[in-house]
Amino acid sequence: MAGTARGLIEVQDFCLRYETMEGAVEAVSDTSLTVRPGEFVSIVGPSGCGKSTLLNALAGFLKPSGGRVTVDGEPISGPSADRGMIFQQYSLFPWKTVRQNVEFGLKMSGVSRSERERRARTLLGLAGLTPFEDHYPDRLSGGMKQRVGIVRALATGPRILLLDEPFGALDAQTRLIMQQILTNMWQQLKISVLFVTHDIDEAIFLSDRIYVMTARPGSIKAEIVVPLPRPREPSMMLSSEFLGLRRGLMSLIREESIRAMGGEVSFDALKGLAINLEGQDLASVL
Amino acid sequence: MEAALRTLPETVTRPTPTAEARPSTKPRPAPPVEVVRDDRLARWFRLHRGQLRAAALGLVSLAVFITVWQLLTVNRATFYVRFTNVPSPADVLARAILAFRNPIFGDHIWMSCRRIFYGFTLAGAVAIPLGLLMGRFRILREIVFPICEVTRPIPAIAWVPMAIMLWPTNEESIVFITFLGSFFPILINTLQGMATVDPVLVRAGRCLGAGEAALFREVFLPASLPQIFTGLTVGMGVAWVSLIAAEMISGQFGIGYFTWEAYSLVQYSDIALGMITIGVLGLASSLAIRLVGRLVMPWGAAR
Repeated sequence: MAGTARGLIEVQDFCLRYETMEGAVEAVSDTSLTVRPGEFVSIVGPSGCGKSTLLNALAGFLKPSGGRVTVDGEPISGPSADRGMIFQQYSLFPWKTVRQNVEFGLKMSGVSRSERERRARTLLGLAGLTPFEDHYPDRLSGGMKQRVGIVRALATGPRILLLDEPFGALDAQTRLIMQQILTNMWQQLKISVLFVTHDIDEAIFLSDRIYVMTARPGSIKAEIVVPLPRPREPSMMLSSEFLGLRRGLMSLIREESIRAMGGEVSFDALKGLAINLEGQDLASVL
Repeated sequence: MEAALRTLPETVTRPTPTAEARPSTKPRPAPPVEVVRDDRLARWFRLHRGQLRAAALGLVSLAVFITVWQLLTVNRATFYVRFTNVPSPADVLARAILAFRNPIFGDHIWMSCRRIFYGFTLAGAVAIPLGLLMGRFRILREIVFPICEVTRPIPAIAWVPMAIMLWPTNEESIVFITFLGSFFPILINTLQGMATVDPVLVRAGRCLGAGEAALFREVFLPASLPQIFTGLTVGMGVAWVSLIAAEMISGQFGIGYFTWEAYSLVQYSDIALGMITIGVLGLASSLAIRLVGRLVMPWGAAR
């Protein structure tokens, strides 16, 4: 990567509203965050808090209702290959082979056939995917599909990488391996990454910093620096430092998750109802 | 040292090596090359057992069908349904041999196939792009769809008088009716295909820098192809239905005309021959579409 550091993400007072018959609903309100060039930042929060919405705005799929969203100072006007995105759902084109999928972004930017073939081959080789380059995606496992997805997003040399719960659909073992692959790739490339997840361990293991979002309407509740050294090893997940961070994050998110589910059960109110389940008081069952 | 300790008791506690060794060496004769080939053949049979059974059962059921038909017609069975005048399979075969020697029968088949080709190709050439555009641009869909909804329920046969008035020649009106028959299934299925394109693929395409035209070519079209081919298969079936109806009413040539003429001329064997020919042609054309579908969609979306 030449010249000045690229990939500074700045979100200032971002908010997103949409109209319903009942009036405007606020999905995200007054959110500000920064990802410095080359930094790995995660956003965690309860489901429905608008973390994906924020990512979609950065990708250029949504226009903010208020605030500013910029990359390297430029406001975002629409989707672009400058900002690579990886989705939770597998998003490889089923009608293209692995290599054709990786070539897609280069083809869109007008790179010649031989040149994009060469580049795709190189990237697939680096990712250890050469034996599969002529396979169609439906013959790949979930983990491999996401690996190809990451390679495809990186092929155009984006300034930032946006990941929307990319490993959410994978089993626990594959997820661990994918996390390691991603950190290794990121360390080599030094690209800015914004990673959305609801998995606390994943966020700590991968990130330099973590933003915790509140329940809807989402906003930033806390910002946590992860002081774990690089390169990260899976064994660090058992260190007291890791567990301490985990405990702190869990309590932060738990509060918000309960809020997102409509608040805690009020036992006092239940006592007045006196509903009996096989002789037991409902309040004591709950 | 440790390894030695571990192996020691094993060698000691093995009492009679002959009794144990014999069964373990038995299933290991040096396999010659021919055995491997036999294995391949056996495996092929094992893997294709389902298809083989289906093919065998299909042949048997066809044989039973023809036998029952032969028995019913030879014995001139009458039980409310009358087989008195129905030709037997043997009669039909005899007529078929005669017919295939006569170039006129070939002309009938040729004319029908040509009409199908023109009508169906035109329908595909209009309906697929229209469906793709309607699927992409809501405004176009809102304008065109109401017309489709009103004209779609009209069976192609009902168009025959109108078609004769509209077009200068009989030939053109028959092609027009064939076109109409296959047009709507292709259009509706293409629209359906566009409606079910996975939105995440569209977003992925846009994130990788695809503009509107590229999205259309690289994402929407291939994503809709399986549905388009479903439409083509259905459309081909309806094309034959419409063609035969049109030929029976207004043709001077063609396999539908041949069948109807056979009835008028009391050539009962030719009626069955015409019907069977129509069936075979219909089957062959839908197989052809399926084959093209496999070639166009090598990623395995074709069924």
